[in-house]
Amino acid sequence: MSHQQVKFYQTGTLTVGNRLLDEGQRTVQATLDRSNSLDSGHRACQGCGEALGARYAIDAAMRATDNQLIAANATGCLEVFTTPYPESAWRIPWMHSLFGNAAAVATGIAAALRVKGKDNVRVIAQGGDGGTTDIGFGCLSGMFERNDDVLYICYDNQAYMNTGVQRSSATPGGARTATTMPLGPEPGADFGQGKNVPLIAMAHGIPYVATASVHNLHDLEAKVQRAMGIHGARYIQVFVPCPLGWGSKPSDTVKVARYGVESGLYPLFEAEHGEVTNVAKIRRRVEVADYLKLQRRFAHVLKNPHQLEMVQAIADRNIRRFGLIDAEGGQH
Amino acid sequence: MLKQIEGSHGVAEGIALSRPEVICAYPITPQTHIVEDLGSLVKGGKLTNCEFINVESEFAALSVAIGSSAAGARTYTATASQGLLFMAEAVYNASGLGLPIVMTVGNRAIGAPINIWNDQSDSMSMRDAGWIQLFVETNQQAVDVHIQAFRIAEALSLPVMVCMDGFILTHAFERIDVPDQAQVDEFLPPFEPRQVLDPANPKSVGAMVGPEAFTEVRYLAHHKQMEALDLIPEVTADFKKIFGRESGGLISTYQIEDADTVVVTLGSVIGTMQDTIDEMRADGTRIGAVTIRSFRPFPLGALREALDGAKRVVVFEKCLAVGLGGIVASNVRMALRGEEVPVYSVVGGLGGRPITRASLRDLFANASKDELEGLTFLDLNQEIVDRELQRQQQDAHSGSVAENILQDIGVVATAKTA
Repeated sequence: MSHQQVKFYQTGTLTVGNRLLDEGQRTVQATLDRSNSLDSGHRACQGCGEALGARYAIDAAMRATDNQLIAANATGCLEVFTTPYPESAWRIPWMHSLFGNAAAVATGIAAALRVKGKDNVRVIAQGGDGGTTDIGFGCLSGMFERNDDVLYICYDNQAYMNTGVQRSSATPGGARTATTMPLGPEPGADFGQGKNVPLIAMAHGIPYVATASVHNLHDLEAKVQRAMGIHGARYIQVFVPCPLGWGSKPSDTVKVARYGVESGLYPLFEAEHGEVTNVAKIRRRVEVADYLKLQRRFAHVLKNPHQLEMVQAIADRNIRRFGLIDAEGGQH
Repeated sequence: MLKQIEGSHGVAEGIALSRPEVICAYPITPQTHIVEDLGSLVKGGKLTNCEFINVESEFAALSVAIGSSAAGARTYTATASQGLLFMAEAVYNASGLGLPIVMTVGNRAIGAPINIWNDQSDSMSMRDAGWIQLFVETNQQAVDVHIQAFRIAEALSLPVMVCMDGFILTHAFERIDVPDQAQVDEFLPPFEPRQVLDPANPKSVGAMVGPEAFTEVRYLAHHKQMEALDLIPEVTADFKKIFGRESGGLISTYQIEDADTVVVTLGSVIGTMQDTIDEMRADGTRIGAVTIRSFRPFPLGALREALDGAKRVVVFEKCLAVGLGGIVASNVRMALRGEEVPVYSVVGGLGGRPITRASLRDLFANASKDELEGLTFLDLNQEIVDRELQRQQQDAHSGSVAENILQDIGVVATAKTA
């Protein structure tokens, strides 16, 4: 490398404060002309990772499209807490149809815009992990394979939170939910199940896939910005802790997200046309136990050496598979 | 222009003349030829300014249609049978959101047992989904009513389902007068959406509504359908002015002026019935028929008027509310509220069973003597039924009804002995 990357460190976080950056590098949220697309007054819980992620993602998309954006939303927390009749927290044209069809509705919106010659108006679909990886998966895959001009953002809080914390295909092994009870010899969600939708998205060969996390909002914004610069089907999955469902402190949402990523359990990467093009290296590796102990959903795992080992194995595999730590072991 | 063409092809031409902007296609018999023909028109450059989207399921087909309609595009799709059921959630959603999508249903039975042939169980399963449901009798009507459907849908901001009998109409080659583009353009103005997703005027669509307003929203949906009772005849009259022929409307009547016995039905079977009625009238039986063309909204008033003076009503339908009887019959009884006139419910033509003149003649003859049961299954083979009931009585593990009957009546039995 011909230049040395400058890194800023703040206490306990990878996110650099805006005041240390040039104006052009600051987050959209730090600007006065941000669109406030997801406005205040909505009914999300304290510390909601999804609300945080959606606010940053949609405002970034608004900036990237010069405010020419339409969103389709799956049923779920994000839909419910933003639009209780007769109020709406959305300042963008926004549509909710059903739980399992956000990707298809977005396809339809994009088709209408194309036929109307409104090429400058762009389309986003968004939903939680249940609406994306389970019930909406057919429509999502269809939208991917047709390469429709839609950015789909999945806010992944790893269970059906809106219905009271039930297991989804994004629920990690060991996690307690209302349908994966912390009982019996193998408490919590089964290990070896679930699906990795970012990798499945990549298998469709779509132009852009990324994972992001609410502990690194610069990175989330940058990925949304990048995605909006591309046409065709795109997928971003954002790691959004849910204090209610995970049994974490509302004030710990960003920390929980950071620990999830820095332990290797939630790898952040970008991929283009099925190839990984960028990986967020782990800066200072966090023990999986330190991540788990922030959340009551894993309380039993911490007392179960066998399960703890299996969680560790998942982190180790991610680190190997995505090269999350440089070969020389050089943790930055 | 007069053409000798397949019903599906005629519908495709009618849709193309209506200048759709988004068409969602997913194959299901017997509707498939319609979207195939539309695909050819788009791909071949004959239908321009239109997106033809191959989707992965009927649920996606209608969901894409919901998105494109909400974004202001005139939108069309077609389905049948299992496909309509698979999109059921979106069917309710489209009407709840007030999106003027037009959809053809090529009427077909619903399984199990799987059956690709015609009856009207599919459309009837969605009768309360909030869509306007127009049934057609001929392929000429199919073409004409689709063109009218866009106008009705867009005037009311409600989706319209055009129901045509699968195979009997979709696959039949008949002479169709295919309208000119200029005529259609005169009749059908460009789509001006009542609501549209637009960054210049950002609105939320599809918000959650609780007990404080849900009843009012539902009432207004009903109110819109009541408006349609006035609008549909107006549109039909307008259509006649421009195209010179009668198509659509709420009901049609045949020989009812002096009829003692009036048959009420929907769809293409009226053709066979008219022939039967002609025969019976030649023999002195005073019989006539009413065809329901708009099943939703249900024309209570028009029907009551048409049935005024009838001594008995025979409702003939290709669908069954299992555990009750006739679906249409129940609706017709509502139109005759307070009248003493007996209403006989007849279920026939299920899963494509032919409805013959001979059977209808017997049926109507019995009806005119008031010798019908309250509920009759036309051409039911009671022996087959009895033998299966016996098997079930004798053997606790008698197996699947459908397969047992196939073995019994010879399709499988013959293969075994051969």
